[in-house]
Amino acid sequence: MKAAPFDYAAPTTLSEASKLLASAGMTTAAIAGGQSLLPMLNLRVALPGLVVDIARLEDLKGIEAARDGLRVGALTTHAAVEDGAIPGDIGRFMQRVASTISYRTVRNHGTVGGSVALADPAADWPGCLLALGARVRIAGLNGARSQAIDEFVRGQYATTLTADEIVVGFDLPGADTPLRWGVCKVVRKSGAFANSIAYAVSRGRGGPATVVLAAAADRPCLLPTVADRIEADESAGEPLLAAISKDVAAHVSPNDRYLTRLHTSTVMRAVREMQNR
Amino acid sequence: MTLLTIELNGARAAHDVEPRQTLADFLRDSCRLTATHLGCEHGACGACTVVVDGKPTRSCLRLAVMCNGQSVQTLEGLQNDPMMEVLRRCFHECHALQCGFCTPGMLVMARDILMRLPNPDEKTVRHQLSGHICRCTGYAGIVNAIVAAGKEIGRSKTNGSQV
Repeated sequence: MKAAPFDYAAPTTLSEASKLLASAGMTTAAIAGGQSLLPMLNLRVALPGLVVDIARLEDLKGIEAARDGLRVGALTTHAAVEDGAIPGDIGRFMQRVASTISYRTVRNHGTVGGSVALADPAADWPGCLLALGARVRIAGLNGARSQAIDEFVRGQYATTLTADEIVVGFDLPGADTPLRWGVCKVVRKSGAFANSIAYAVSRGRGGPATVVLAAAADRPCLLPTVADRIEADESAGEPLLAAISKDVAAHVSPNDRYLTRLHTSTVMRAVREMQNR
Repeated sequence: MTLLTIELNGARAAHDVEPRQTLADFLRDSCRLTATHLGCEHGACGACTVVVDGKPTRSCLRLAVMCNGQSVQTLEGLQNDPMMEVLRRCFHECHALQCGFCTPGMLVMARDILMRLPNPDEKTVRHQLSGHICRCTGYAGIVNAIVAAGKEIGRSKTNGSQV
């Protein structure tokens, strides 16, 4: 339970951090809150030669209003979101998601950017940000780029980040549009990996809806049939269940009756909560 | 080795540390502050909880070098904290410990709960405490102690006293 030796650097600028992360002939790892990396270091699952501490980079901090949306810095902690740092309906949705991430001690240091950059299939933020239609802002040696989160997350612990690149923050659209939302998470013990997380959001009644299921596949997945069903007729009960079953079956083998029922339930509860809001 | 400068329990401390050393090992091995207990060393048990820049923190999930320039408070540094005096007494009166291994982490977290959520009910305490494992008590005594401390501190606040 003690980490293997590694070197450590705490750069103060983005370009310096990217240069260090791209150090030749060395496995490098960026660390922000460290709430996922530290257990991996202690268990010697991760064996970097150099750990680059990005927690002091000012470019990764802050929450501000941007054109038609919000700009959230990658270093924003789960606890800050839980305590209401993000304004409006989006903030209330994210507040609820934050409040069930692990424990307060972990939320005090774990960051939204770290969660997305790690891309654990059972993590809370990738699915939430997919439901919100977020774009990921990234900086590296070749400059800055931005990518929709469903293109950014490629699979289990896999993203489009290259060795030198760092997640700088997120652009969340539609901060001024009323948002109705629901979320349901099943986790056997707080702090453990989630068994299922479902998110449902709708921009106004009858407006565009997005439904996301996380912890079912190698990355959070959109449930398009359910979203169509909600947009067409919100009150429908039986057709809604049929739509959920169809979308869940695309990701979970129907032979696994427990998982099918589990994911169907979380999606149904998230949709119901959104509809009642 | 990297030079680490922190404010430890109110006093400035400077030490050379290996980058791989966790804050927990730094506190116990380099500073001989052994109130901080190490159970699981991967963030599951909560016994090593200390306060970093005012926030309860798993000291096994933080490298000592990451704390450079920050303030760290361990249970030793909270000896004369007015809220901790009430908590200590309530833990005693409610039988909130048996072997005592989890107690430092429980106390540090309990103090944070009472500061953020004054006068919490049992449900709130159980939710907030869910990251802390106790293998002796069955938790009832710990939860009762924190609820009782919250009530007492709430009453003394109404009466205008210090805690």
